[in-house]
Amino acid sequence: MSYLNISNVDVVFPTANGAYIALREVHLEIEKGEFIAIIGHSGCGKSTVLNVVAGLLPATRGGVLLENREVNSPGPDRAVVFQNHSLLPWLTVYENVRIAVDKVFGKSKSKAERHDWTVHNLKLVHMEHALDKLPGAISGGMKQRVGIARALAMEPKVLLMDEPFGALDALTRAHLQESVMEIQATLNNTVLMITHDVDEAVLLSDRIVMMTNGPAATVGEILPVDLPRPRNRLELADDPTYNHYRAEVLRFLYERQRRPEAA
Amino acid sequence: MSTVIAFSTAARVEPQRLETSAPMNMPARQADMAAANIERQPPVPTMETATAPVSRTRTRVAAILRAVILPTFTFLAVLAVWAFVNAKITSDIPAPAEAWTRAVEVLGSPFYDAGPNDMGIGWQVLYSLGRVMAGFALAVVVGIPVGFLMGASRAIHQACYPLVQILRPVSPLAWLPIGLLVFQAKDPSAIFVIFITSIWPVIVNTAAGVQAIPQDYLNVARVLRLGKLEVTRRILIPATLPHILTGMRLSLSVAWMVIVAAEMLTGGIGIGFYVWDEWNNLNVASIIVAIGVIGLVGILLESVMNLAQRHFDYNRR
Ligand SMILES: Nc1ncnc2c1ncn2[C@@H]1O[C@H](COP(=O)(O)OP(=O)(O)OP(=O)(O)O)[C@@H](O)[C@H]1O
Ligand SMILES: [Mg+2]
Repeated sequence: MSYLNISNVDVVFPTANGAYIALREVHLEIEKGEFIAIIGHSGCGKSTVLNVVAGLLPATRGGVLLENREVNSPGPDRAVVFQNHSLLPWLTVYENVRIAVDKVFGKSKSKAERHDWTVHNLKLVHMEHALDKLPGAISGGMKQRVGIARALAMEPKVLLMDEPFGALDALTRAHLQESVMEIQATLNNTVLMITHDVDEAVLLSDRIVMMTNGPAATVGEILPVDLPRPRNRLELADDPTYNHYRAEVLRFLYERQRRPEAA
Repeated sequence: MSTVIAFSTAARVEPQRLETSAPMNMPARQADMAAANIERQPPVPTMETATAPVSRTRTRVAAILRAVILPTFTFLAVLAVWAFVNAKITSDIPAPAEAWTRAVEVLGSPFYDAGPNDMGIGWQVLYSLGRVMAGFALAVVVGIPVGFLMGASRAIHQACYPLVQILRPVSPLAWLPIGLLVFQAKDPSAIFVIFITSIWPVIVNTAAGVQAIPQDYLNVARVLRLGKLEVTRRILIPATLPHILTGMRLSLSVAWMVIVAAEMLTGGIGIGFYVWDEWNNLNVASIIVAIGVIGLVGILLESVMNLAQRHFDYNRR
């Protein structure tokens, strides 16, 4: 049995015009330490999959098993990095991470240890210079870093990221991708990341899960990315294997799953 | 590792410089050096920095002058109209000079006490403020929890909102007779009127604040498995505080307007009755002085709420 098992998940939303089948038979098995990217057209149901794994949304049929145990409510073992960072704006950078640390390690770590752990995680994302700033006073990229630190600080079994860099400019996004690869190399987390960005998917992941268009979206194809790590985006730019993977994803998205409205 | 360090340094410089300094595709070592260079790089002198201080002070002075001169003109215009009314229309309205003499008199000894029917204007204001604070505090204590419940529960919202909608536009003074009947005393009735005045903005704003909490914050709470009490204390209250403060600020300014009217009706010590009493004595100069004082106290209350907002509202810190 795999580490994280998304097992034949259906999600149906009741709407004003009757039931909307968002997902049908989504099946995915993920090993410990794997980095999975989910890619697909807008509105196909990527966030829905992630929310089911997070426990924020119940599956209509099927379910999610983590270490052979069913998950049906949210918890810090499946930390989420939200698309729009969702830091609490009345708490400082430090406090935003500390609230998670206190909640998860309130019993097992002493106060001093929790402080150190908070600072340690902010150092991982290179935000130790802004501990006392409010989220309103830092840039979008920095907020996303703090969101990642907050998630990492929970020591989750699975790290869930919903288009974590979607709202950022290309340069900042590239820097954050480097950060994520570097952290991944040290901590070897199990990561499920949603993205719109083909290069990001190939650069970061071990496998790319390509979803078909909704309604009744499901896993269309899974592309294993067999590139040695550490990966360097400059070297990869001319790498034929890299470009092959890239082309595979593009072909899936723009030939086989052409957006209905673009057709 | 090193590319990321380059980022964290580069992120702190202005965007235009970012492009020329440490591009992300630079080999790591080189990017490091580039990043280090930025920090040592002295600010580039430009034409702008050389001329800026002079023109900036000049515009600053001009702005201050304008902020002083323009309102002064308005005041002078009002004084002119006032003097004209006194001279040409009715001499029952005292001349500005007369009012000024009276103001010096009244404000010269604000806290004299010659028995319950003859106290200084300072006392009158304090008594009124006391009633406002009592009614306002009650409204806050009752209104915030009610607003919270209405914001958090659809059912409670549906149950209460029509009532709030009906009662909110009613002039609070309409409640005075009810208060007098129930409490059989003037002071509690006035406080009751202020309570009614203050409670609607507090309820409505608190409820709106709770409803406006982004789902994301609640999702964060769910992922962290915060308990009900923790969610209230760490998410709901801080997230709604800006709205609550706005409600309180509205309440307080209206309450201060309403107390004057309420006291005119109830009598006793207070700035409202003072105005009424002076009217009965045909002492119009005192009324004009009282109007000025009421306005100034209103500004004071406003700035206290401003201060509170600056302190507690994370948007304004
Ligand atoms: N609560 C809901 N009620 C009804 N329909 C919903 C609900 N949530 C999502 N949907 C629908 O389900 C489909 C999948 O939504 P989802 O947010 O998972 O897409 P997505 O792939 O994450 O899109 P994007 O890339 O734009 O974020 C969409 O068509 C959406 O309209
Ligand atoms: Mg989405």
